[in-house]
Formats: sequence, structure tokens, C-alpha cells
Amino acid sequence: MPAVSKGDGMRGLAVFISDIRNCKSKEAEIKRINKELANIRSKFKGDKALDGYSKKKYVCKLLFIFLLGHDIDFGHMEAVNLLSSNKYTEKQIGYLFISVLVNSNSELIRLINNAIKNDLSSRNPTFMCLALHCIANVGSREMAEAFASEIPRILVAGDTMDSVKQSAALCLLRLYKTSPDLVLMGEWTSRVVHLLNDQHMGVVTAAISLITCLSMKNPDEFKTCVSLAVSRLSRIVSSASTDLQDYTYYFVPAPWLSCKLLRLLQCYPPPEDGAVKGRLVECLETILNKAQEPPKSKKVQHSNAKNAILFEAISLIIHYDSEPNLLVRACNQLGQFLQHRETNLRYLALESMCTLASSEFSHEAVKTHIETVINALKTERDVSVRQRAADLLYAMCDRSNAKQIVAEMLSYLETADYSIREEMVLKVAILAEKYAVDYSWYVDTILNLIRIAGDYVSEEVWYRVIQIVINRDDVQGYAAKTVFEALQAPACHENMVKVGGYILGEFGNLIAGDPRSSPLVQFNLLHSKFHLCSVPTRALLLSAYIKFINLFPETKATIQEVLRCDSQIRNSDVELQQRAVEYLKLSSIASTDVLATVLEEMPPFPERESSILAKLKKKKGPGAVSVTELEDSKREGGELNGGGDRGSDTASTPSPSADLLGIRSAAPIGAAPASAGSLLVDVFSEAGSAFSPFLSLFLLISFHTMAKSLPPCPCIVCVWMAFPSFFFFFSFFVFTSMVPFPICSHPLSCGLSAPPSEDPAPPLSEADELLNKFVCKNNGVLFENQLLQIGIKSEYRQNLGRMYLFFGNKTSVQFASFTTTVSCPGELQSHILLLNVQTKPVEPLVEGGAQIQQVLNIECLTDFSEAPLLNIKFRYGGALQNLTLKLPVTINKFFQPTEMASHDFFQRWKQLSQPQQEAQKIFKANHSMDTEVLKAKLLGLGTALLDNVDPNPENYVCAGVIQTKSQQVGCLLRLEPNAQAQMYRLTLRCSKDSVSKRLCELLAEQF
Amino acid sequence: MQFMLLFSRQGKLRLQKWYVPLSDKERKKISRDLVQTILARKPKMCSFLEWRDLKIVYKRYASLYFCCAVEDQDNELITLEIIHRYVELLDKYFGSVCELDIIFNFEKAYFILDEFLLGGEAQETSKKNVLKAIEQADLLQEVHTHIFSTTLIFLKKKYNPGPL
Repeated sequence: MPAVSKGDGMRGLAVFISDIRNCKSKEAEIKRINKELANIRSKFKGDKALDGYSKKKYVCKLLFIFLLGHDIDFGHMEAVNLLSSNKYTEKQIGYLFISVLVNSNSELIRLINNAIKNDLSSRNPTFMCLALHCIANVGSREMAEAFASEIPRILVAGDTMDSVKQSAALCLLRLYKTSPDLVLMGEWTSRVVHLLNDQHMGVVTAAISLITCLSMKNPDEFKTCVSLAVSRLSRIVSSASTDLQDYTYYFVPAPWLSCKLLRLLQCYPPPEDGAVKGRLVECLETILNKAQEPPKSKKVQHSNAKNAILFEAISLIIHYDSEPNLLVRACNQLGQFLQHRETNLRYLALESMCTLASSEFSHEAVKTHIETVINALKTERDVSVRQRAADLLYAMCDRSNAKQIVAEMLSYLETADYSIREEMVLKVAILAEKYAVDYSWYVDTILNLIRIAGDYVSEEVWYRVIQIVINRDDVQGYAAKTVFEALQAPACHENMVKVGGYILGEFGNLIAGDPRSSPLVQFNLLHSKFHLCSVPTRALLLSAYIKFINLFPETKATIQEVLRCDSQIRNSDVELQQRAVEYLKLSSIASTDVLATVLEEMPPFPERESSILAKLKKKKGPGAVSVTELEDSKREGGELNGGGDRGSDTASTPSPSADLLGIRSAAPIGAAPASAGSLLVDVFSEAGSAFSPFLSLFLLISFHTMAKSLPPCPCIVCVWMAFPSFFFFFSFFVFTSMVPFPICSHPLSCGLSAPPSEDPAPPLSEADELLNKFVCKNNGVLFENQLLQIGIKSEYRQNLGRMYLFFGNKTSVQFASFTTTVSCPGELQSHILLLNVQTKPVEPLVEGGAQIQQVLNIECLTDFSEAPLLNIKFRYGGALQNLTLKLPVTINKFFQPTEMASHDFFQRWKQLSQPQQEAQKIFKANHSMDTEVLKAKLLGLGTALLDNVDPNPENYVCAGVIQTKSQQVGCLLRLEPNAQAQMYRLTLRCSKDSVSKRLCELLAEQF
Repeated sequence: MQFMLLFSRQGKLRLQKWYVPLSDKERKKISRDLVQTILARKPKMCSFLEWRDLKIVYKRYASLYFCCAVEDQDNELITLEIIHRYVELLDKYFGSVCELDIIFNFEKAYFILDEFLLGGEAQETSKKNVLKAIEQADLLQEVHTHIFSTTLIFLKKKYNPGPL
């Protein structure tokens, strides 16, 4: 039957198509198409009315051009005209065009919907079907609005033709999928369920897709379908291959319908009615039996159709997970397929067995096929099949076969396809951790993993091995020995160097007794890899070196020598240079006690979900890792981590270090959002920033304190407090003068990142109030609203200050274009520098729940009274947020306390006797007049609180020197409380009158 | 089913049917990526592959690849037979169908597909019933000049790479 005898031909179209096919180049094709488009356009615009045939032909040409991949921006109206043609073919082409080139022009949609409405009510089944096909193909919301109530009526009406019912069912399904809210359940739903009993197999086939989808969303409403589906299935399964005539496909009765019935049953639990259940089990057994019968045809279509039903039946058996007998039979059947010559069947058997492996009834049966699966992993020629085999090995792994499976996966990794290596590495790492009985095996496995596939070992994997080694005392020595040996290989992967550096830095002492791995040998081994490594690894190695100095004082000279050489201390990389400089200084200044505390062994990590598992989940998307697997790993992870006990109680104890490290450990802002991942990661990622050496130590210490929750070990805080001058100055020095990184050079306004498009908002009305809270303290939450929390931690030394700002996103939505600007108001115009504030731009994106930080370096040039302004701008859900606060930098921050005896005090007091030098204020008490509270505030002010100076013991006197770059300002203070009147008299005498005035203003708000 | 694509060994799309709303740009990208992926696979490889979050089922008939994207819970083997049944329908309608039939009568290929699959689900799996519906429609059509039939038969002879 030659093609052209069918239907009507369109000669012009055929000629055009063959023209296009004859085009020798893309340019020629485009030229031909443009010519045709011009021709069609002129025909459509011409005065002469086109007849239906021509219109159809041109619309069809446009469609062809569109399907070739070119844009079409006209012809829609002509296509819509065709819809109302009486000629079927014209109507048909019109509908086809509309279905393919949907246009959102509302006028057109109205016309299209009208045409559809006419055809639906025409009672001509072919026209009705065309209209329904169009709705199903377009499936837009507008169409759902227009027809969602009409179609159920057509579907269940008694006089609707079968073919129309079929189209209506699937049309409704499409509308339900796109706009479920518009398809209202109603009286029709029960009648739809009964379509499962329809005599016409085509109607049942179409209806069941709709019923399955509706059942998934409204299981109760449709639950009567279960018994209907079972009886229908039973009739099909038991029918002879010829009973169903044209619905038999290669000797298999109604394969599509059977599959869909089995699929529908998977929306429900096993039937409660015993008779129904018995019938269903019988069906499933029959299907399993048929798989063993000799094939009725050699054609692949026969076996495919038969096996399609079989796999769907097995899915149902797995879904029920309640019939051990059926589960084991299913498993045996799949076992046969594992060695089938059809690649497709092997693939599906491996895939299906993966789910069987998670059932308690069939897990053991699945395990018996281990050799076959391992063989598949080695010999399959198709990577997608090998991938399935690897998945199955992972799924069937348990304590009994873990060593074998992990060994096989490792050996497969040596030759594995690049596309699946990373996932394989993750899987090996997870299995090794989950089923580790002895930890030396675990360490060996991970190190092998790094050796074999180092490039594919993600950070999570090597972080994890470190977490575990740190938490397990019993494996630390072995780990140190093993990494030491592994590092001796002439070429070892950089990840090995990282693990080696970390572990030897922490636990190198455990193997130092052996002369073959003496401290110097260890150091030389590590350092021999140094020059081949990337910057982050080198930075890690430098930290390992400073740890070595602490562990092995005998290496100090050698290591200092290394740190001191130009390639370290003058390294062009800021991070490395800064670490070298700080570590060198740290090692030469700090006493051994201080060193030992700062560089103490890492405390155990709090127990948390394996970062690797999280990564695998992310990789495979939700649902890829079953819930049981997660629970398993949680349960077993606790056992493995070992540090669980230690970790968990520390985590819940509030840290008394709140004041010092309040931002991170106590304030809610410090809820360190990323910590769900891993603190280890945090430490490293922080270390990646330019400020890091200082910060990383800060964090290291804060981490120590947090993890140990301090009461047993308050010394860390002491260290931190006793120590900062060195740290502080040193890093400040490096920061400002040595390192050529781009700090904003304009001292007053550090406009950062992209120039803000909008002017900074005026300071908040409560800005002064907020500022006042920080006069006597340095740390705390500066500001908080529904979106944002800003925490502050600051340190001052002489005329220098460093302030850490922590910006916490309290929402779950990302902040975009996050910028901060610091400016000094008022004084800007005068071009006199009073305060020099330097900082670097922050990251413009703040993820939901995340916290970013910014460091400000402050230098007080001369005395000042106005606080600098901090402007924050960001986009939250599109809206620009713009707020300005006063940075709590006040003149008193630069106080140096001065102790002096009574007569010195009065002598100086007298010297400052000029009237401008004194400022006095009498005011009502706003806060508690409790002695201790007052003392704490006066100390917080930064001055020395002098005892036995004032003859009246109720009075307080303080002395201090304000350090600015240009001068020092001596200040004396006297506070006289009158408890009875709830009043104070505050007197200040300073060597500079503006300072007296400002201090008096500030302090009057504090008491 | 989310979409069906027919393409030649040279990577030219011959038919595309989308059952989920996607922008033109996305459609082009998906087709391009998928055609590339499948053409790179060797014969005898498995007919199924995981691609993004979909399962791809494909089969080659002569110079044409038929490729369906189905969802996770869908049955691969039955999808393979959906492809085969569609090929059978085309074959029966055109009479040993070849790629050229689908190029020159692309609209018919769409009509036949619509009778067989609607909204991505099987509407009518009986070969007889589908062809009956198409033939009935053809009977409704006006009788038209057959002059160009000779041209097409000539073209078919010239380019026909053999039956599918």
C-alpha cells in the first residue's frame, strides 16, 4: 500500500520538503526557508481569500519549518480558522498546529476554546476525539479552566462512544496532572472506577492510567478499585493466549493492561479481604510459573511482553513485602535472569534485586548471587549494567560479606569507568565505615581508596577518616603507622598527603619511638611532599609542622628554619605567608605550656551523620538512600564513632565561654548552620579565607572550647585572654603593612563590592540605643530583626581594634547582593581622619540559615565622638533591604587602664583644673545601683578602677589613658552614687576637653 | 511517559512529542543532549539508561532511533514494546515504512501516535482499532489529486534506506 494512496496529498508541501532535503548547506536551507516564509506571509496577507486547502498546506509548511527547529511567529490565526472547517483534514491540521505551537495570546485561546467547545458538543465522535486530543496535548491551565468540568461528564455518560471515552479518560488525566485543583472529585469518580469492568479492553486500558493517578492522590476515595483490578487481572492471567484477540500481543494476553493493573495495585497495601488476596496471590504465582514455561515464540517481543508483566509482578511482591514465599521465588527468578543472554534482562534483574535486598525475607536469598554479581561487575561490557551491579553489591552488603564486597569494589575501582568512580568511592567509604569491625581494616580501606582513586576521593571522604581516627583512641597508632608507610611511596596522591599531614600532626608521637619513624624522619617525609602540593595542602602541612613543634621539641629548630626561609615567610600566597609568619612567631614567643594548650590534640568530634552519606544522598537525589539505611548508619555510626558519649554530652552543655566566644557558642546566631555538615569542614573552610590564620586559630580555640564545654578545661580561655596581645598585634601588623592584598585604601568610606544602587538608609532610630549597649562590653548581638541577626566580637589594643561582624541569615531563603559599607559620618566632609576602618568585601550571597563574617580593622587616629556607620544592603526575595546601624566603636574602646595611688590621683586631678577639661553630669539612675554591677560596668569601660582613693568608699574613681595615633589622652573619672535619691553625679577630667564631653555623654546612659 | 523522540543516525530529529510542559529552549537542549548520548552508545548495549532523573528506553530500527523518557516507576520492557507497537502501526499504515515516509508525511506520523498514545499513556493498544480510527479519518478526507504521487514514489526509491 503506497504511502500516497493514503489520505490527501499536499503536493506543494512534498516539493518544499524535498527542496529542503536537497539543500547542501545550512545557509542554503535557511535561505530556502526564508523564501518560503516570505511567500506564506504574503499569501496570508494577500487580498485574495485563501481556500481551505491552501490554508491547510501553508499551515502545514509552517509546522514543518517549526519542527526543523526554526521560530515561527505567525500563522496561528490561520490555524485557528482551520479548526472551524467542516473538512476533517483541515480541522486535523489546524489542531496539530495548535497542539505543537501553543500560543499564550489570550484572544487566540478564546477562539481555540470556542472551536473545541463546538467540536465537543458536535456528537461527531471523530471531531470529539480531535478536540480531546488537542486538550490532552496542550494541557494548559486555560484549557483546564474551560474544560475540567465538562470532560468527566463525557467520560461517564452512558451514550459516549468507546473511542471518545478513551480519549476523555486520558485527556482528564493530563488536566489532572497539570491543574489538580481544577479537577473536582464528584459523583463521576465512582463511575470511573467501574470502567475497570468495561467490556472494551481499550477503554479499560485508557481508564486505568487515570484511575492509578487519582488513586495515588486520593487512595481512600478509589479503594474499591483494588478488588475490581484483581478480578480483571485474574481473568487476563488465566485466559488462553488467543482469547483476547487483538489485545493479545505476540501470544501474551493484554500485556499493557496487565502491567497497569499490577501498577495500580502498588498504590495500596495488600487486600484485606481474604478471598481477594487469595485470588491475587494465585495470579502472582501464575505469572511466576509462566516465566518457567517454554516460550511460545522466539521473538523478542514475546519475551519482552511476558517479562514486563513478570517484573511488574515482582515489584508488587516487593511492595507488599509480606509473602516470604513469593519474595524468594522472585529472587530465584531474577537470579536466572542475571545470567541471561539479553543485556536488557540482566540490567533489569540487577536493578530489581537491589530493592529485594532491602527486604528481610529475601536479603539472604539475594546474597547467594554474590559471585554472579561480582562477575557482572568485572565482565559486563555496558557501563550502565556495571553500574547496576555495583549498586546491587552495595545493597546486598552486610557484616558477613562486607570484606569481600569492599575488596571487590576496590579492585574494580582500578579499572572502573571514570563516570562512576566518584560514586564508587563514596560507596566503598560508606560500606567500610558502616561494617567496620576492626578499625585498622577501615583505615586500610580508606587509604587504599586514596591510593587507587585519589582524584575521586572527595573532601568528605578524607574528612571522615580523620573524624573517625580522632574519635577512636585504639586506631590512632595504627593510622599513624599506616599513613607513614603510605607516604613513603615515591608518588602519592595529594589527598594522601593531607590525611598524612593531619594524622601525623596529631598522632605522630605514637610512632615516634621507632627510630625508623622518628620525629625528624616523619617531618622530612612530609616536607619532601610539600613542594608538589597545592596551596590548601601546604597550608595544612604548615599547621602540621607547628603541631610537630609542640609534639617534638627536638624538631623545633629544623621546623623554624623551614618556616623562616623566604619561600615560606615571603610566599606570594597570603595564606601561606601568614601561617608561616604566625607559626614562626608563635613557636618562638610562646612558652611550652601555652604551646601545648593552643596546639593540643583535637577533641573528639560530636557524633553526626556521616558527611559521606550526606554527599551520596545529594548525588543520587532524595530517596536514593533508603530510610533504613540512614537509620542503620546512625545506629551503627554511634558505635563506630565511639566518641558518641563524649561528644553528645558536651554538645548539650552551655559553654561558659559565652562572653568571650559568645557569638559562636552561645548566641543563637552562632548556631553555625553548616555544622550539620561537619565542624572539621568548618575549620578548614574558614581557614580558606584570607584572614584565616588568625581566624583559624581563633576558631580552633573556639572549637576546642566549644567541644570541651570548658568547665574541665578553662585554661583555654585563659590562654586566649592572656595571649591576644601577641596574636592581635601580629596579625594586625601582617594584615595592614606586609601583605599586599587589596584592602580598600580610602580610609573613611569602605564602599565594598558592587556600588550600591540606592543611597544608604539613614541610621535606625534605635541606633544610638544599640550603640550604648556596647559601651561597656565588646561582644554580643548588635541587632536582630526577622531576617537578619548581627553579632559582634571585638578586641582593642592601644589605638588598634579588630572587630568581627557575624551576619546571620535567619530565613531559609538566600540573601542576594549582600553588601556592607562602613563610613564615618560628619567628619567625612572635613577630610580629617579620626578613625581608620579597613575591611574586605563580604561574599554577596548568604544562604538561608547561614552565617558570614566580616573583619574590620580599626585604627584610632585621633579622638572622635561620632560612631562610624555600618550600612547593610541585600535582596531578600527580590526586595532590597537597606539598613544603617552605628558601629559600636566608641572612644573609650581605646582606653588603657592606669593604676595609681591615691595621692597621684589627686595630684593629676588638680592638674586638669581648666574648666573645659571637666565635664559633669547629674542624672537619675536608669539601671541597678548594685555595687557589683557598677564595678563590672566601670571595668568594661576600659579604665582601671581605683580602690582606696576617694575618701568616701561609696564613690568610684577610675583612671585610664586613651590611645590614639596622634596623641594620648589621660582621663580621670569620678562617679558618686546617691542611693537614697537614686541619682548619680559623674565627673570627668581629661587632658582633652572634647574627650571629657564625649565620655560624659556616653557614660550618662550607662548607669 | 514524558516525551518521545525519533531521530536519524545523523542526529536529525524526525518526530518529537512532549507530554510535559517545557519551554522551547529546554526541549531543544534535552533533544540535543539525549541524541548525542544515545548515538554514542554501541549496538548491543542495554536499551535502558538513567538520564538525569528519568529512565530512557530506546531502540534502533534501521536508520531511525526511537527513544522514550519514562518516570522512575514505569516499566522499561513494556515501554520497549510501546515503541515496537508504534513501529508496527507505521509499518502497516505506510506499507513497509521507511524514514522518508515519516519525513514526508510527518503529520500522519503524529496523528497515528495520537491515536495510540495520549497524554503519554496508552490509549488503544489494539493495532486493528488504531488503524481503523486512522482509516475512518482518511475516508472523511476529500479526494485529492494524485499527480505528485509519482514524484514521491520516485523519491522513495531514490532515498529509501530500506524498510525499518
